[in-house]
Amino acid sequence: MNDPRDFVAHEAALLDERRFDDWLALFAEDGHYWVPLLGAAQVDPFSHNSLAYEDRLLLQLRVDRLKNPRAHSQHPASHSQHVLQPSRIAQEGAASGEVLLHTPFIYIEARGDNQTQLSGTARHRLVRTPTGWSIRQKRIDLLNAARALPAIQLFI
Amino acid sequence: MTTYRNRPDLVAALVQDDRVHRDLYLSEELFALEQAHLFANTWVFLGHASQVPASGDFITQDIAGRPLLMVRQPDGAVHVLYNRCAHKGTQLLTDESGNTGRFFRCPYHAWTYKLDGAPLAIPLKNGYEGTQLKACESGQGLASVKHVKVYRDFVFVRLSEQGPSFEDYCGEVLGAIDNMVDRSPEGQLTVGGGVLRNIVHCNWKMYLENINDTVHPMSTHESATQAAEALWQGHAPTDPKPMAMEQILPFGSGYEFFDNMGGRVFANGHSVLGVNFSIHSNYAQLPEYEAAMRAAHGETRATEILQRSPQNSVFYPSLSVKGSPQAIRVIRPLAANRTLIEAWSFRAAGAPALLFERAMSYNRLVFSPMSVVAHDDVHLFESIQQGLRAGGNEWVSLHRNFDAAELTQSTITTNGTNELLMRNQFRAWAKSMVAGMEVAP
Ligand code: FES
Ligand SMILES: [Fe+2]
Repeated sequence: MNDPRDFVAHEAALLDERRFDDWLALFAEDGHYWVPLLGAAQVDPFSHNSLAYEDRLLLQLRVDRLKNPRAHSQHPASHSQHVLQPSRIAQEGAASGEVLLHTPFIYIEARGDNQTQLSGTARHRLVRTPTGWSIRQKRIDLLNAARALPAIQLFI
Repeated sequence: MTTYRNRPDLVAALVQDDRVHRDLYLSEELFALEQAHLFANTWVFLGHASQVPASGDFITQDIAGRPLLMVRQPDGAVHVLYNRCAHKGTQLLTDESGNTGRFFRCPYHAWTYKLDGAPLAIPLKNGYEGTQLKACESGQGLASVKHVKVYRDFVFVRLSEQGPSFEDYCGEVLGAIDNMVDRSPEGQLTVGGGVLRNIVHCNWKMYLENINDTVHPMSTHESATQAAEALWQGHAPTDPKPMAMEQILPFGSGYEFFDNMGGRVFANGHSVLGVNFSIHSNYAQLPEYEAAMRAAHGETRATEILQRSPQNSVFYPSLSVKGSPQAIRVIRPLAANRTLIEAWSFRAAGAPALLFERAMSYNRLVFSPMSVVAHDDVHLFESIQQGLRAGGNEWVSLHRNFDAAELTQSTITTNGTNELLMRNQFRAWAKSMVAGMEVAP
């Protein structure tokens, strides 16, 4: 998978198939998953809070929790659908081997009779590895991040 | 259908000594009566003065369904006005926050007001000559909330004319705000990092009860704590923990831990859970900060402040305070079956950045809509909201450790798993609901 745009589509598909271990394996050792509370306006995860700012340890905790039969909120289980616009390469660093992609999306999380719909832009910072790409940061800039939201249980 | 309006007897009967009726959670009529009575008769947290640092700074906030404005005056005072133009009712401001300059100008017909609400100017003024406008409410400018208390920058309002003073209403639980503010060596807190906002499809009282529920973590949070424990396995107890682990692992503590943490109830529904210790007691020590605290407050008071880390202090009916980490939750009821929960973080002047990081980290892990801990809580609240419709039993049990002696005392210290902390809330609920309620002829 040489084209990073294919990688982004693959990454979303793994989530929608609930293949969370395979998904987590896409992250670099120092990789982060970040949903800033100010959306696209936020400059860093430290001066302002975030809906989520997680390293691999916390992502692993989330994935393991979802597998636990006592994860009460997963009875019934949640399912997601990512509807992606074509990714745009926003930046490419020949020296660093990094590429930054912007992917506008609609995200739907369904559980029982309820559906939650979110939209925004995913910003993937990918780094080239011998076997393909890995995620240094997946940043989700929600359209309405700071407004009141219901529980979002899976990964946007 | 009205059942409860002007029937204080029926309202009071919903709260028995050791159980409460399901209508408390399900009835839209009771919700409307709560807006009219309970949230008007009590002192309700509005916001923090640090949200409006400069003259003309404002926030808008609904309390009990009434749109309000909190605004900083040129002389530094904080005023609370009804967000309603004196002319025809337009909301003067509809942004969440901002600066209105030196006056308010209504967007509809451009009536203007001073920052304290006094009338300033009306276009085509001649048209009012010879009319009764000046004598009418509409000629007096913006109505202000009369009963406002700014306690160490925490702003509370009481909307009804009659009722207890702020000090009488809150009493000893004010020590929880003192403890939180005094954790700043300079005695100053600032709201920081934004507010996490959750919509939960349950009655607000259920959420407030759970703030005092120490029997649920073992079973409710099993999935999160088991996953955390498995990940942390193999580390020595002395290994430095990542902040997230420091904050999540104690949720897995046993019944004995929660029972021993102790609780205290006060008059008017307030309480402190974790009077002995809590899941927040064992955060890593910060020697330089503690030295600064001793320098600011003296040895004895500094030790007292730092050693007190209650789990939650409840300012009934809508505020829950954690001195450490420096975080509050605000309960904003929207309907009988819908509640907005806000989680706020604070910076403490003169304290290390780590304290603020802890507040943000805790809120993110535990109170964010994307929390790893709260999904199970929220699922269960929403489940109760449905389950109570089942019939077969119209009552919710609050029997645990009931003792008839508690009915005649106001301040009681007890074990941490006693449902007295919840019974105390409902007794206050009944009292504030019927206070001032007319009796049907
Ligand atoms: S409604 Fe405000 S000026 Fe007319
Ligand atoms: Fe909980």
